[in-house]
Amino acid sequence: MARPARAYLSGEESRVVGFAEGLHLRLLQFAPYRGTIALGRRVGITGARFVIAIPYVWLLLFFLTPFLIVLAISFATPTEMVPPFSFTAFADGAINLAEAVGKYLFLFSDSLYVSAYLSSLRIAAISTVLTLLIGYPLAYGIARTSDRWRVPLLMLVILPFWTSFLIRIYAWIGILGETGLLNQVLQGIGLLDRPLSLLGTEWAIFFGIVYAYLPFMVLPLYATLEKMDLSLLEAASDLGARPFRAFLTVTLPLSLPGVLAGCMLVFIPAVGEFVIPDLLGGSETLMIGKVLSDEFFLNRDWPLASAVAVTMLVILVLPIVLFQRLRARQAEGEG
Amino acid sequence: MLDRRSRLVLTAMAFAFAFLYIPIVSVIVYSFNESRLVTVWSGFSLKWWRELPQNTAMVSAALLSLKIAFVTATVAVVLGTFAGVALARYKRFRGRTLFTGLITAPLVMPEVIMGISLLLLFVMLERLTGWPERGFTTVAIAHVTFTMAYVAVIVQSRLVTFDYALEEAAQDLGARPAKVFFVITLPIIAPALVSGWLLAFTLSLDDLVIAQFVTGPADTTLPILVYSSVRRGVSPEINVLASIIVGIVTIGIIIATLLLQRRERIRRREAWTG
Repeated sequence: MARPARAYLSGEESRVVGFAEGLHLRLLQFAPYRGTIALGRRVGITGARFVIAIPYVWLLLFFLTPFLIVLAISFATPTEMVPPFSFTAFADGAINLAEAVGKYLFLFSDSLYVSAYLSSLRIAAISTVLTLLIGYPLAYGIARTSDRWRVPLLMLVILPFWTSFLIRIYAWIGILGETGLLNQVLQGIGLLDRPLSLLGTEWAIFFGIVYAYLPFMVLPLYATLEKMDLSLLEAASDLGARPFRAFLTVTLPLSLPGVLAGCMLVFIPAVGEFVIPDLLGGSETLMIGKVLSDEFFLNRDWPLASAVAVTMLVILVLPIVLFQRLRARQAEGEG
Repeated sequence: MLDRRSRLVLTAMAFAFAFLYIPIVSVIVYSFNESRLVTVWSGFSLKWWRELPQNTAMVSAALLSLKIAFVTATVAVVLGTFAGVALARYKRFRGRTLFTGLITAPLVMPEVIMGISLLLLFVMLERLTGWPERGFTTVAIAHVTFTMAYVAVIVQSRLVTFDYALEEAAQDLGARPAKVFFVITLPIIAPALVSGWLLAFTLSLDDLVIAQFVTGPADTTLPILVYSSVRRGVSPEINVLASIIVGIVTIGIIIATLLLQRRERIRRREAWTG
């Protein structure tokens, strides 16, 4: 079949198009593919509806339904069977309310869980502020360098993110340990006479979270700072504002959406973080992600683990909705 | 001539980049260490580099992870593209608010929550229908679910700057919708598809928490294996593995940057001469 020449496409682009078209034509020979398309046409799912329906169904099945199951199991009763729960609280018509919501009352009254929630929120908040303090000057500096340097510097920020998360956390074990790099350097230049034991403390967790999530802070900040109209700063300085004052009254407020988006991208996942406290933190630091996986894997108490997950989600609903608003506004603003 | 303010910003940037790169460099340096102790330097040696390929458990885990990442990235690009097109193109349809929420939530959802909820779904499904067996399939499904969100966001932001007049023109000239998609829309979003695929591939390759929840006893992915060996104590072999990953990623990113620059140059030249 002769194809029209597409002069407006570059070599790579026409290869992509050719591949996709060829795939479509070849798949047409297979009955299931043809059948799916024909079936879609018959029930009125064509074009637009098809494009919406496929990811929608996937997300309903594999993202929304699982949450509903977690919610349901959080009201069940743990048993020794496989799977290890049963809905005895809902047997014989009447709902045994005390048994169903008992776990939630237990979560809120037991000091272990309450303090795990509180320390997760505290550690995530402190780490988010630290990430912002390191990320803001970085994003600001990159956004204000010459065009030639911007892309390479951004690449340098993103590059660690493409390497393994686990290995980046692992690297800190070697640095923060008693005989680690940090202590060797600090003792070498005479700042310390005794090794500092950072590994196993909350500070190690802060280091880990800041390190792992820094690109998530820098990228949204960079996006807002780079879009900023620089003539506003000139106007401010013409009106007599000193650079620092111009920064506080012009740049900072204008970059606030980026600050908020970056903070949400760090704070929300950090609350549920489980690998970083496990590898870098000590045994006395309790974070809720660790509690959840211990309840699930070690104690095999699925209903309690589900209740922990539901509670965590309820606590995080507000920041998640805020994040979605910010993203929606930004997506509209680009158009 | 630098003023005081620029010097302050430059110092902060230098500090941040040092913070980003010192751990990575130290891992690479210590992969050449003679000693088993990772923190004490005792001389240059390649012995850990020779030993890694002999670690069959690690090699087969790496192959499994690569396979899962390949399947995940390919499916996620298709689903994520549909979702991104739906978000950018169709401003109102029934259930759009829920759809937007479902797309963006996986970007920030704590991994333990996604892990436990997907595992419970798979357990229930398996009891009801006998499918899926936990392992490759369940890990791939879980990874598609959270990586397609990233693809959707990339495709959406590419489409926001898209000139719809091009599609309308093609339609006016008699092209059917599928043809318009292949000839006009697809080439324009092709760069977004490439970066979406690479991102999904990396995220899948890197995921520990979700995979740990949903995998079966037979299928150990690379991060799960690395995690269990790191928990037992630092080992020079992990340093070698880390160095290899950093090397591959660095080469990949340099090639991608050069390709992008070349493309940009060709575009500019064509714009001048054409």
